[in-house]
Amino acid sequence: MTEPAVSVRDMRVIFDEYVALKDVSVSVQPKESFGIVGESGSGKSTLLRAIAGLNSFVSGDLKVNGKSYPAKGRDKTFYRTVQMVFQDPYGSLHPRQTVDRLLLEPLAIHGFTDTEARIARALDEVGLGNGFRFRYSHQLSGGQRQRIAIARALIVEPKILLLDEPTSALDASIQAEILNLLEQARRDRDLTFIMVSHDLGVISHMCDRLAVMKGGEVVETILPEALTSRAFEADYTRQLLVASEGFRRD
Amino acid sequence: MTLLTVDNLKVTFPTRTGRVEAVRGVSFTLGKERLGIVGESGSGKSQTGRAIMGLTPSQAEITADTLQFSGLDLLKISPRERRTLRGKRVAMILQDPKYSLNPVMTIGRQIVETLKTHEALSMKEARQRALAMLEAVQIRDPERVFDLYPHEVSGGMGQRAMIAMMLVCGPELLIADEPTSALDVTVQLDVLKILDKLVAERGMGLIFISHDLRLVSSFCDRVLVMYAGKVVEELPSADLRNAKHPYTKGLLNCLPTIGSDRHPLPVLERQAEWRL
Repeated sequence: MTEPAVSVRDMRVIFDEYVALKDVSVSVQPKESFGIVGESGSGKSTLLRAIAGLNSFVSGDLKVNGKSYPAKGRDKTFYRTVQMVFQDPYGSLHPRQTVDRLLLEPLAIHGFTDTEARIARALDEVGLGNGFRFRYSHQLSGGQRQRIAIARALIVEPKILLLDEPTSALDASIQAEILNLLEQARRDRDLTFIMVSHDLGVISHMCDRLAVMKGGEVVETILPEALTSRAFEADYTRQLLVASEGFRRD
Repeated sequence: MTLLTVDNLKVTFPTRTGRVEAVRGVSFTLGKERLGIVGESGSGKSQTGRAIMGLTPSQAEITADTLQFSGLDLLKISPRERRTLRGKRVAMILQDPKYSLNPVMTIGRQIVETLKTHEALSMKEARQRALAMLEAVQIRDPERVFDLYPHEVSGGMGQRAMIAMMLVCGPELLIADEPTSALDVTVQLDVLKILDKLVAERGMGLIFISHDLRLVSSFCDRVLVMYAGKVVEELPSADLRNAKHPYTKGLLNCLPTIGSDRHPLPVLERQAEWRL
């Protein structure tokens, strides 16, 4: 077996008294698309944020491409490899910076020189023309903002993308466009995805493997095919599956 | 029997950059049935519900050929008459209990407030009615929840409390604007079940507004699909598969579903003529 791209072992996260993650272990292979489903409070976002260094963890190990990282603090090289896209496209872009400035920031941090060409290419890749370059985020729709957020993550050429509910604030038709864009980017750049969502449909569409989380623990890890063939064990997975099928009058 | 008649409803907002027509000529009638209104953000679905409820901001302009609720002309009646309707005969459930309940009032007091506004009864009777209602929305310990503040309960519990508050006066028409969108999927079904049972038992007309076409069609008898302020298609829920309008079809088609392997997902190609 190859070295996992991301390996989390017995990670525990505590906020004040509350145990948000109870010794969670996951391992994600390079170029794999790994999904995490669960409802609010299941710890799915906490896990993602702990990997990204936005929460610290109290115990456990985190390895990214074989290198260990501490509970707190990440160096620049980490963020060259790992980037994150957040749920709320309204809250995750600086309201007083133009798109150009937003995209320049990561390039400046990581010392890129050919910024002009890279910004133009990044916009092009997410399907927005150069006309968007000098707009502010409030002049964009939700879907366009999410495209900018994805462009900002991809512009430093990361290998691993952490996606925290990237489409749940968007309309269904826009969601399809963003999911297609993410899949395209993954194919073109051989990216590893870790994607969090409450929507079983989205996760099974996007991911090679998925973990079901509840109450700060991983209930089970299955293949998306198992959902169709009902080859899963946990009752909670079944509940999620039933709920995703819509309302039924009995 | 027709409960509500809406004919050529228009809601227009004046803005600095000109007039924005949020609703552009919506017509439908509603009896004691479950009607779904589906659309994406900006389609005018919520503004349609709010216009019926009388909650449109005052700067907006509402026009209609007919806007009638059980014989009453909703465009002509005074704000005072409106207030006697709202909460009593027409009620509305909003999306997020975190924002739509009063944060500084206990849940019980909010339900009692609705009751006392519309009916002359003693505090004791009101309390009894509120407790009975909380029990009807399957809150296990109504006495305890009665004295809790909205921030002390979960989203699902908050939404049940809102349903209780809205149904306590026995309305004839209930408008539910994305009643379960803020809830976890597993909780969604419980809340919908309660809503479904109460609507059936108490015999009221329901307008269910949502962005989720599948959910609406599984819950309602009839569905209106809105796009850019207009109804582009109306169809019985059972015939959703036979939808004719390309927008409805596209909306159904672009959802990722379990067990289907479609890469890339079909996307919606918006046509300019849909807006006409």
